[in-house]
Amino acid sequence: MATKVHMEALSPTMEEGRLVKWTKHEGDAVKSGDTLAEVETDKAVMELVARADGQLIKVTVPEGTTVPVGNVVAWIGKPGEKVDGAGGAEPATAAPKPAPAAAAPAAKAPAPAPVPGAAASDATRVKASPLAKRIAKEAGVDLKLVQGSGPGGRVIKRDVEAAPTPVAAPAAPTPRPTYHAPRTGAPYEDVPLTQIRKTIAKRLVASIGPIPHFFLTTEIDMERAAEAREALNKQLGEAGGKISFNDIIIKAVALALVQHRACNAWFQEDHIRYWNEVHIGMAVAIEDGLITPVIRHADLKSLRDIGAESRDLAAKARNRRLKPEEYTGSTFSVSNLGMFDIDQFTAVINPPEAGIVAIGTIVPKAVPEGDRVLVRRRLRVTMSCDHRVIDGATGAAYLKTLKQMLENPLAMLL
Amino acid sequence: MASFDVIVVGGGPAGYICAIRAAQLSQSVALIEQEKLGGVCVNIGCIPTKALLHSAYIAMLLKESKEFGVEASGVKTDYGVAMKRSRRVSDQNSKGVEFLMKKHKITVVKGTGVLQPGKKVKVGKDVYEAKKAVVVATGSRVKGIPQIGLEINKTTVISSDEALLLERVPESLVIIGAGAVGMEFADIFAAFGVKVTLIEALPRILPIEDAESSDVLTKSYRKRGIEVIASAKVTKANVGKDKVTLDVEAGEGGEKKQVSAAAVLMAAGRAVNTENIGLKECGIQLTDRGFIKVDKNLQTTAAGYYAIGDVAGPPMLAHKGFREGSVVAEITAGQKPHPIRYDNVPSVTYCHPEVASIGLTEDQCKEQKLDYVAGRFPFSANGRARGTGETEGFVKILRDKKYGEILGAHIVGAHASEMIHELAVARENEYTVEEIDLAIHAHPTMSEAVGEAALDSLGRVLHM
Repeated sequence: MATKVHMEALSPTMEEGRLVKWTKHEGDAVKSGDTLAEVETDKAVMELVARADGQLIKVTVPEGTTVPVGNVVAWIGKPGEKVDGAGGAEPATAAPKPAPAAAAPAAKAPAPAPVPGAAASDATRVKASPLAKRIAKEAGVDLKLVQGSGPGGRVIKRDVEAAPTPVAAPAAPTPRPTYHAPRTGAPYEDVPLTQIRKTIAKRLVASIGPIPHFFLTTEIDMERAAEAREALNKQLGEAGGKISFNDIIIKAVALALVQHRACNAWFQEDHIRYWNEVHIGMAVAIEDGLITPVIRHADLKSLRDIGAESRDLAAKARNRRLKPEEYTGSTFSVSNLGMFDIDQFTAVINPPEAGIVAIGTIVPKAVPEGDRVLVRRRLRVTMSCDHRVIDGATGAAYLKTLKQMLENPLAMLL
Repeated sequence: MASFDVIVVGGGPAGYICAIRAAQLSQSVALIEQEKLGGVCVNIGCIPTKALLHSAYIAMLLKESKEFGVEASGVKTDYGVAMKRSRRVSDQNSKGVEFLMKKHKITVVKGTGVLQPGKKVKVGKDVYEAKKAVVVATGSRVKGIPQIGLEINKTTVISSDEALLLERVPESLVIIGAGAVGMEFADIFAAFGVKVTLIEALPRILPIEDAESSDVLTKSYRKRGIEVIASAKVTKANVGKDKVTLDVEAGEGGEKKQVSAAAVLMAAGRAVNTENIGLKECGIQLTDRGFIKVDKNLQTTAAGYYAIGDVAGPPMLAHKGFREGSVVAEITAGQKPHPIRYDNVPSVTYCHPEVASIGLTEDQCKEQKLDYVAGRFPFSANGRARGTGETEGFVKILRDKKYGEILGAHIVGAHASEMIHELAVARENEYTVEEIDLAIHAHPTMSEAVGEAALDSLGRVLHM
């Protein structure tokens, strides 16, 4: 008997999908796991794969059509096999094969998302042992980021224990958040809102929109960063993978956050989540909008790795090929319009993050130094802060560190 | 010179499974065996003892049958008959292995294999060449304790090899060593009317099992009239023609005792068969304890030579050998098999009540300073066990306090050997005690006690 191919819920919030392109056509032999078509979801272009072996005997949905999740889009069967009602849409309750019971309701209601911002990344089911899941949950390790070594790539205890965040020693509870992020322990710490913070939150929201933004601007001398960049690129030579200003800025932003955990945080309505890990969202303009791919653990990565990763993520973003786990979970963001000759601008915060820095263009300026006037390359950086989390002085202290880092790039080696 | 992909030396559990699995993966295989196929396990180990233990079980049941409304009079036991039945069972199993070799088109060579360099094996005058691997699976044998004058003489000082072939039981028997072998023979001979004394050098019988398991068995054996002497040191042996007298220092105080019996069964220790099989000539090294040194893929110190089963190191258990055989066959076929978890090999003793375990004992949890919780459930509170009158024993699960990981599990009771596998599956898949509880256990079964022990470790036991 022929097998139906359904439009599957490729992200937990997906209710319908646009069939962008059939990669297999009627008459093609297909094996389970083969990509049949590219489907545009609410988040990205994803692959619809075959769940059966045989021949693609009938395609019922032409390219460009938008189809509700659960509808039949094609049939797989034996060559010459007839399918009944081919072309007829199935009621949306027809569940895609891999998750017969769960998929249909999931398509209707967005999946419960305990961690805002991480919801979309749950689209890919993680195979993990119950013990591994429990240890990961306690330690706050994201199983999706763990490479499994069990049968069929299943994540087992050993893998979670070897994951970047040590599970053995969750951060000791501290009465007040320490503003220097510990390098080991849980990835974040939730601190309940104090009464004063609640009042500040309420009053500021009443004043300007759901996120009470305020902005801090500073001008940074990039002369030494530029020299460092030239030297590094000379060193890399033909090896490829040139380091850009953007890479240096991302690294500096991340390292400065390590020293200012108060800015590396999520506002979570009744508490603030202070992250011990630094994941930098990097705003990338795409044809019909904007997406923020994430460079995870940017504080721990080399400039070269950041460069390679950001180029890769930006390319994927432009081709709408980002996987959910590649654009969720950032703890702080950077928006760079330097290449558009913008001197200075304000960026809008990417909730639930508490801050974003807007990077302008680097311009030579006349700068007085002592009794001389020098021409120096200067950069204007504007930080947008969520006032419910970050106060003026807190943001200013962060910016000061960022400025010091960029003005003396050697400090990043400390 | 005949050549094969894989040559397996030794047709015991590790060897014959390696041969079958290798053949399944389209490799040509030769299996060399000097005696009957199936090795110690099938011929003079696991299988015939299980047959005899069942005879013993029937004898025990008949003693109590009146209480169950079945009166049996004139019950007589005849070890010779039981022994012959056990031989038939062994022969059947050995023939079964022969059939499996034919079915998988494995060339069985009768004779003693001697390894030669260049992945060759010499049997008599013939030399066979392996294209991929030579697998050493020569197993182990019983050994006596010659240091104290207890060399096996096959009449008054015997090993399990002789015990399995006795026509008549001795009037009295001293068993030295209360591991699985000693425990099982004590059970068998006591049921056949022999006055049994069980001597163990370590502080308790079944020394590798959980202390609570040892306690239940000590009590159960003493109730049946088996004398159990732990922490015992045999200082002198006087081996006569039809009597053996042993000087024993027992207990912590070193209390001196003299024990005599018609025969002594040496059930302590085994020696691996590594002599005269050409290991040295091929550059295959041994460990300090005399096992063949292997890496994590079971390859010896000589490339292309593998070792599996007892010769490759403890635990010396058939099912551990099975798995090693299978893994090596998959490696030679170019696969990447699931690594063996040596901490997850079940240990089973088929005495009555049976003792089965997996993972750590409670003492080991303490030694390793693990934060654990012990959950227990006695069979005396289990409906099925009450129905059959087999209420001895318990299920005990040791779980990690924080995550519920099953650190160890111990079952003493009827069919413990069958029940342990729920916990083996759980541990292999990293299920926690909560998944054990979530799995619905049929009622009434002995296995319910496993679920209850899991619940007890969570402080939620239901039937107690």
